[in-house]
Amino acid sequence: MAESSLTFDSVPAEKPAKGSSTLARVGKYTLVRGVALFITVVIGVYLTVLIANMGGYVDDIRRGEIQEQVSIRIMNDPALKNLPVEERRKRIAEEVALEEKRLGLDQPFLIRSFRFLRNALTLHLGRAQLMTSDSGSRQVRLIILERLPTTLLLFGTSNLLLFFISLSIALGLSRKYGSLMDRVFVALSPSSAAPGWFYGIFLILVFAALLHWLPFGGMVDAPPPKDPLRYALSVAKHMVLPVGALLLSSIFVSVYSWRTFFLIYSSEDYVEMARAKGLPDRMVERRYILRPTLPTIITSFALTLISLWTGAPIFETIFNWPGLGRTLFQAIGLFDTAVIVGSTVIFAYLLAATVFLLDIIYALVDPRVRIGGSGGSS
Amino acid sequence: MGSLQNTLRELRRYPSAIAGIFVILALVVFSAYTVITIPYEEAITLWRGGADIWYKLPRNVPPTWVNTFRAKKLPESIILDSAQGQAEKTKEAMSGGQNMVNLTYTFDFNADDFPRALVIYFRPTFDEKSPFVSITWSTPDGREIRIGDFAVEEGSVFRFEQDERLQRRLKREVGDYPAQVALFMQPESDPPTPLKGTYSLNISAVTFEEEADVDAEFIAYGKVYGIAGTDHARRDLKIALMWGAPVALAFGLLAALGTTITTMIIAAFGVWFSGWVDDLIQRVTEVNLMLPLLPILIMVGTFYSRSIWIMLGVTIALGIFGGSIKTYRAIFLQTRESPYIEAAQAYGAGDVRIVMRYLVPRIIPVIIPQLVTLIPTYVFLEASLAVLGLGDPILPTWGKVIQDSLANGALFKGLYYWVLEPAGLLMFTGLGFAMVGFALDRVFNPRLRGL
Repeated sequence: MAESSLTFDSVPAEKPAKGSSTLARVGKYTLVRGVALFITVVIGVYLTVLIANMGGYVDDIRRGEIQEQVSIRIMNDPALKNLPVEERRKRIAEEVALEEKRLGLDQPFLIRSFRFLRNALTLHLGRAQLMTSDSGSRQVRLIILERLPTTLLLFGTSNLLLFFISLSIALGLSRKYGSLMDRVFVALSPSSAAPGWFYGIFLILVFAALLHWLPFGGMVDAPPPKDPLRYALSVAKHMVLPVGALLLSSIFVSVYSWRTFFLIYSSEDYVEMARAKGLPDRMVERRYILRPTLPTIITSFALTLISLWTGAPIFETIFNWPGLGRTLFQAIGLFDTAVIVGSTVIFAYLLAATVFLLDIIYALVDPRVRIGGSGGSS
Repeated sequence: MGSLQNTLRELRRYPSAIAGIFVILALVVFSAYTVITIPYEEAITLWRGGADIWYKLPRNVPPTWVNTFRAKKLPESIILDSAQGQAEKTKEAMSGGQNMVNLTYTFDFNADDFPRALVIYFRPTFDEKSPFVSITWSTPDGREIRIGDFAVEEGSVFRFEQDERLQRRLKREVGDYPAQVALFMQPESDPPTPLKGTYSLNISAVTFEEEADVDAEFIAYGKVYGIAGTDHARRDLKIALMWGAPVALAFGLLAALGTTITTMIIAAFGVWFSGWVDDLIQRVTEVNLMLPLLPILIMVGTFYSRSIWIMLGVTIALGIFGGSIKTYRAIFLQTRESPYIEAAQAYGAGDVRIVMRYLVPRIIPVIIPQLVTLIPTYVFLEASLAVLGLGDPILPTWGKVIQDSLANGALFKGLYYWVLEPAGLLMFTGLGFAMVGFALDRVFNPRLRGL
C-alpha cells in the first residue's frame, strides 16, 4: 500500500527558471541525481560493511584462513621438519602476524572499514571461500557478474510485461468503471499480499508436478540445445512459470491502484472539457489522462521494481534460476562471507542503477524538470 | 469512539472486509487456543524432538482427511502396546523359574491399501539371560504364518520387511512382495489387494528368570496420519501449523506497528522542526530506500543470530525510514498550517506536546489502512526468511514447514499436502488482513470512496 499512497504525493510547485535549453536542464538534473545516488550507494555499502564486520566476524574468518594456510605451509616444509614443536609453533605465530600485517588486519577497524568500502565500491570483492564461478574462478566479482545477465533477463522481462499489461488493463478498466471485470480486479487486489515466490510454488505444483506441461525450474534443458533458436525457445519455456508467478503476484494490485489513479484524474475539469469537445476516447486517454500522470506512474513503477529486486533470492531459489539471488542463497548455505557481502553490494548498485535509469526517464517526461525548476531538490 | 463506530458501520458495506475481519478473528482465537493447549516449552521440545518422541508416526504421510476424497481408503496407523493393556497378555510359570509370556494383538483392518511398514518394539525386563520370542501371524481367512524366532534384548526392534529370513519364507508361501504387503494381501491376487477383516499377531516369549517379563509394542505404520500429516522426521505437522499462527500474528503485528508508529512520529518531528532536522530525515530516508532489505536481513541471520526477535528488530529498524515518511510528510506539511496548531502555540504548548497531541493524531486515518495492509507483508517476510533457511532456530513456523518440504523435494515426490497446508494458512492470513486493509483504505481515503 505504501506504493499506491506514494502515487498520490503532491509535488510542491517550483518556480520555473528562465533560459537554458531543455537538454542542459535534463543533463543537470541527471547529474545531480547521479551524484546524490552515488553518495547514497556509498553510505549503503558502508553500512553493509559495518553490519558484515560488526564484532569482527569477517576478520575472524580471514584470520582463521591465514592461520590454517600458514600452519599447513610450515608443517609441510621439509626444511623445517627437524625443528622442535615449540620452535615451529613460534614460527607459525610469527608468520601469521606478518601475514595479518600484510593484509592490514592489525590496523584499527575504522581505517580498515574505509579500505573495505573502497574495495567494495570498486567491486574488488575479494575471493570466495568455497564457491566458484562456472569458469572455475574464485573471484567473487566474477561469480556475481556471471550471474547478473540471467537475473536481468528474468526480472527485466517480467517487469516490462507487468508495466505494460497492467497499464493497459488499468486504462481499460477505468473506461468501463463498475463493470464485472472492474469489480473482479478490485476484489482480487488483496491477493497481492503474497510475494512472487509464493505463487511460484503453486504454479510449479500445478503446471510442473501435476500437469507436466512445463519444467520445474532451471533456465535451459539439460543438455542445452546447440542451435541458438532452440536454445532461446528452451529458455523461453523455462521462463513461463517464473514470469507468470511474478505477474500474478503484482498485477492485481498495480492494476487496482492505477485504475483508481486514472479514475481520479479522469474526473478533472480539463478531461471533461476534452470529452465535451468530442475528442475520441483514445486521444483523451493518451493526451489528457496518461500524459500528466506519467511521472507518477514512473515513480510507482520504480518502487515496484525495488520491491521485486528485493525478493530475488527466494524467487530464484524456488525456480532454480541461476541468477544473482540464488547465488546469494547458496552463499548463505555455504557460509561464504565474501559472496554474501559481495551480493549485497551488487544489490545496492542494482537498486541505485534502477532508480537512476528511471530518474532519467522521469526527467524526460516531467515538464517541471524539462521546462524549468531545478531537479536538485531531492 | 464515535468515529470508530462510524468506521465499523462504513466497513459493513464491504463484504470483503467482513470476510477479512472473520479471518482475523478466527486466527486470533486459533492462536490463543494453540498457546493454551500446547505451551511454548512443550511445542519446542516436541518440534525439536527426535525418534524417541515421534517413532510411532509414519514418515511423510498426508492427513487422514484425504480419505474423504479417495475411493480407495488409505490405512491409518495401528498402534498396540501390551504395556498399555492393548494386547491380551497371559503369563504362566514353568519349571526351573522359566515363564511363558503370551501376547496376542487383535485388530481390524479395513483399508484398501497396505500399511507402510510393520514393526515390533520389544521392552523385556530381565537381569542376565534375555528372553526368547516366537511370533506368528494369523489372517482373517485362517492362515497362520510364522514370522520369526529370536532372542530379544532391551530396545530390540523387529522390522518385518527388513528381516531376510521372513522375506524368504513369505516369498515361498505367499509371493515375492514386501512383508507388509504379503501379510495383508488376498492370496493369489495380482496386483495384490488387501484382505479386510480381523488379524491377530501372537508373540509367545519364554523368559528364563523369575522376575523377567516381556512387553512389546506392535505398530503397523499407516499411510495417513492425524489432521495435518507428518514430515520427513515423522513429526506431526499439526504442531508447526498451529504454532505458526501466533508467531506469524506476533511478527506481522509487531513489525507493522513498530515501523508505522516510529515512521509517523519521525515524520511529524521532521515537519515540525523543519530546517536541518527535516533535511536529515529526508536524506536518511533516501539512503534507507536504497538499502537492500532482504540481503541485509540475510547477512544478519547468517552472521549473528537467526532468532525471530532479532530479525524483527532489524526489520523494524530498517523500516523506520521507509518510503511512507514522504506520504506522511506531505500530510503533516498541510496540517502544520492549521489554525488550531497556531492556537496551541499561543497557549504555550511545547514542541513535543504539539507533535504528539496535535500533529500525530491527525494522521491516524491514513495510518490505519497502511498498518493493516503492512501486516501480511511482514508475515510473508518471516516466511521468506524461513524459506531461505534463516528461520528461527527453535520455533516452528509456517515458513519453516515450507522450507522443510521444498528442501526434501515435496513437489517432486508428490507430497503436496506438505506444501499446501502451510501455504494455505499463509494465504488465508495474508488475504484476511489485506481485504480489511483495502476496505479501510477506501473508507478512510475520501478520494477513493465510491471508486
